[in-house]
Amino acid sequence: MDDKMTTQEKITRYAVLIVFAIFFLIPMYVLISTSLKSFSEVSINTMWQLPSSISIEGFKEAFAKLAPNVLNSFYLVIPATLFSAILGSLNGYVLSHWKFKGSDTLFALILFGMFIPYQSILFPLVQFMQTIGLYGSIPGLILVHVVYGLPITTLMFRNYYQDVPDALTEAAKVDGANIFSIYRHIFFPISIPSFVVVFIWQFTNIWNEFLFAVTLTDTQSQPITVALTNLAGSQVVEWNVQMSGAIITALPTLLVYIIFGRYFIKGMLAGSVKG
Amino acid sequence: MLFRKSMLLSILLMVALLFVSSFSAMAQNGEVEIFSWWTGGGEEEGLNALIELFNENYPNVEVINATVAGGAGSNAKAVLKTRMVGGNPPDSFQVHGGAELVNTYVETGLMEPITGLLEEWGVKDKFNQQILEMSSYEGEYYSVPVNVHRSNIMFYNKAVLEENNVEPPTDLASFKEALAKLDEAGVVPLSLGDTNKWPATQIFESLLVSTLGPDGYNGLWNGNTAADDPAVREALVHFNDIMQYVNEDHSALTWQDATQIMHEGEAGFNIMGDWAEGYMKTLGWTPGEEFGWMPVPESEGTFIVITDTFGLPKGAPNPENAKKWLKTIASVEGQDTFNPIKGSIPARLDADKSKYDPYLTSAMEDFAEDTLSPSIAHGSAAPEGFITALNDTINEFITTGDVDEAFENFQKNHEEYVQ
Amino acid sequence: MKRKHKESLTSIAILSPSIITLAIFVYGFISRSVQISMLDWDTFANFMRKAKDYVGLENYISLFTESRFQTDLWNTLYFTLFFIIGCLAIGILLSLILNNKPRGGYFFQNLYLFPMAISFVVTGTVWRWIFAPGRLPNNPRGINLLFEQLGLQNLQWGWFTSTNSFLGFNVALIAVIIAAIWQYSGYTMAMWLAGLRGIDQQLIEAARIDGASKWQIFTKILFPIQKPITLSAIIVLAHVSLKAFALIYAMTGSGPNNVTDIPAVYMFEATFRSNRYSTGSAIAIVLLMMVGLLIIPYLVNSFKEE
Repeated sequence: MDDKMTTQEKITRYAVLIVFAIFFLIPMYVLISTSLKSFSEVSINTMWQLPSSISIEGFKEAFAKLAPNVLNSFYLVIPATLFSAILGSLNGYVLSHWKFKGSDTLFALILFGMFIPYQSILFPLVQFMQTIGLYGSIPGLILVHVVYGLPITTLMFRNYYQDVPDALTEAAKVDGANIFSIYRHIFFPISIPSFVVVFIWQFTNIWNEFLFAVTLTDTQSQPITVALTNLAGSQVVEWNVQMSGAIITALPTLLVYIIFGRYFIKGMLAGSVKG
Repeated sequence: MLFRKSMLLSILLMVALLFVSSFSAMAQNGEVEIFSWWTGGGEEEGLNALIELFNENYPNVEVINATVAGGAGSNAKAVLKTRMVGGNPPDSFQVHGGAELVNTYVETGLMEPITGLLEEWGVKDKFNQQILEMSSYEGEYYSVPVNVHRSNIMFYNKAVLEENNVEPPTDLASFKEALAKLDEAGVVPLSLGDTNKWPATQIFESLLVSTLGPDGYNGLWNGNTAADDPAVREALVHFNDIMQYVNEDHSALTWQDATQIMHEGEAGFNIMGDWAEGYMKTLGWTPGEEFGWMPVPESEGTFIVITDTFGLPKGAPNPENAKKWLKTIASVEGQDTFNPIKGSIPARLDADKSKYDPYLTSAMEDFAEDTLSPSIAHGSAAPEGFITALNDTINEFITTGDVDEAFENFQKNHEEYVQ
Repeated sequence: MKRKHKESLTSIAILSPSIITLAIFVYGFISRSVQISMLDWDTFANFMRKAKDYVGLENYISLFTESRFQTDLWNTLYFTLFFIIGCLAIGILLSLILNNKPRGGYFFQNLYLFPMAISFVVTGTVWRWIFAPGRLPNNPRGINLLFEQLGLQNLQWGWFTSTNSFLGFNVALIAVIIAAIWQYSGYTMAMWLAGLRGIDQQLIEAARIDGASKWQIFTKILFPIQKPITLSAIIVLAHVSLKAFALIYAMTGSGPNNVTDIPAVYMFEATFRSNRYSTGSAIAIVLLMMVGLLIIPYLVNSFKEE
């Protein structure tokens, strides 16, 4: 279609694309240029200027402060992602190919959990976690993220498995396969792409999550997002350290996005309820 | 195959996690869990020095330093409350003396009295008696105060005042004149950073003392002063006048930002608790050289106090070790170890003054002589519900300037949460 | 028949861990919040006594008469409105350009989408710094400083510290809305783009041959076809805006005179900062009902279509 466009149109289009590119890059520019400034160079008056020389002082200090929290986030995100994906896959499998009376209603009831504002369960949740002795711990936070991740992972897998023809399961049944062996030999092998999408989606969401993280942890178990607000909240911390901390917080999910961009977009579109 | 692998991996991870988390909770023979929000600046070093001192005296007891960072203690308070409610208290915890302790934990029956211990250790009469009173309920004491800060204090940049021929004010009228003069000269008269709301409430509480006097102010919390006392309204009027002279971007700033504005020579005055003095020292200032201080005008003779205390919760896992901790912080040695580092003054009156800087020495003198009043903004005067309601009232009042509405809200909040 | 029955039981057994946990964590906890919102647990002492004195809807009534909560509702309304409009306008515009596969389009597409991978906490931290206004006119900061350096002083203003409002719209929200649009307009773009790529080009060619202008093609053909996708996007964006807690918390807090306050922030403060458990729960339930009003018809509708 490009060939039909006049030069003027082309220029306008690129101008629009570039203006928005600048808008999207401004915060990144501020983040990166400030994080690479030395302590002596961080000043409000020069915040829009590039650093005169590149310094990693900010990163060093931010990392020293945030390293335990980065670890906490990994301890949290990896098991929570795995468990919610595995359970979601099984749920999606059953809800798409082993339907029973009321299974669609059940699916709707599961799905509802994805839309609630978490404020509406937050206070009882905190009390409950205290009662079962998991308050303030990473395993507790894992449990919470697995449970509230189930609706979306179930939905993603169900939609994926729905495209698998029923004839396939029926044939396997005739051959004497049961619900588990059909999953293992037919569904699991074909769902690797779907697992990748769900892993990326859950990894990003749990890594970035803040509300549960701030209400269910103590200092020893605080994930990175909470530690970043604490760091940024105390203005005694220099801006180069704060911005370095923000980059450290954003980096893992950004890397996932850069490496697995295609799957990320897939997950995002699937996560938004089928259009 | 991949399924098995990932399953195995996740189980291994889970086990490893549980192991790590239970490892720290594994009960050793002698330990004591101390809960606080001392995680930054001088306070963290002060706490570490205290722990060191404790270990010198009790080498067999391991201190579990449980801290919760964030929100100037508000995250920690939420965690503590959840643990206390769930019957899982630490051995001892940091709490502001006054309502924050008494109203929340003592009246609800979650604390052990420690009057007997204070007598046994012979320290009861070594403390400022007014401060011990703040943490008492029905004749028993419930916590050991370790440090004291003052909230009704005002700092000023000496050079800025000199350049503009402004004298440190003597009363509210001359204070407002000074502010107006600085305003005309184009500097920020009073720097404020109230993005967290309480710094503005703190100015208001000082003005309440100015108009009500210490007894009237203290009466608001024990029922001797009515919330519709005209002096409350008067304080709101003064507050409104003074707010005309603060920096416009105050709501985007923290108290540290506000102190920095003064440090950079762009503001004349700054009203902030005396932890700001410690911050100015880290910025390179010497007390009395570049900056001066005075009580908020017309609140002289009253010391609005914020005190960190430690108590003994019922059901503490290691009560004997907790008592050892309390004994350590109640000792003159403990107080003189912690306070010079934290930048606060001891709650005991027999501390070694030579360890403190000129500002802190002057604060120690005032502390010994003045009437003590509890701070609202920091939880000592009234329940937390009142504090946040008042924060909201003041926050709205700064924008609307509607004195009568603010006065009405003050009475409403007072009736709902204090009486 | 017997076999079918056994199959159902196995199915339910596989689902049961999820069903049981969700029954507790979603439905159980929501019921508990509803219960607490009707009790008088607005002080720590009452909460500790676990007193079961029901006050009915009293907490809701006092909430709706409170100026802070009223401001919150206005803020939610305007924030949601402008956030959705902004995301749709920018997202659709970009998707239309990128659908023509211009050279470098893939690069731009990825660039516009990357904010989706970043936490609201990071976004809030950075935009807070950019929009902190400084002390005008002599000591501008952030974007106001940039304006000064570019000679655009008349664009300087107080951003999220401004207490001006217009028809209930607190202009301080503009800063927050810009940050939120920055994060989510790429999402609308991706959704539209995915839809556009599925549209039959011959349809558009035919319209063009018939002499339809670009605007007509957009309004008469593309937009109607993309209506379900747009609707989905609106639902998701509205949902995001009701949950924008982390962004506001990290960026502005509730602001002077609550100009940037939202119910989620108020709920957090009431419950975890001021021991007003019943008020906090009431706010949470109001939030839930707002989301429910939005989501339930949509869910029912999409299930019917299936």
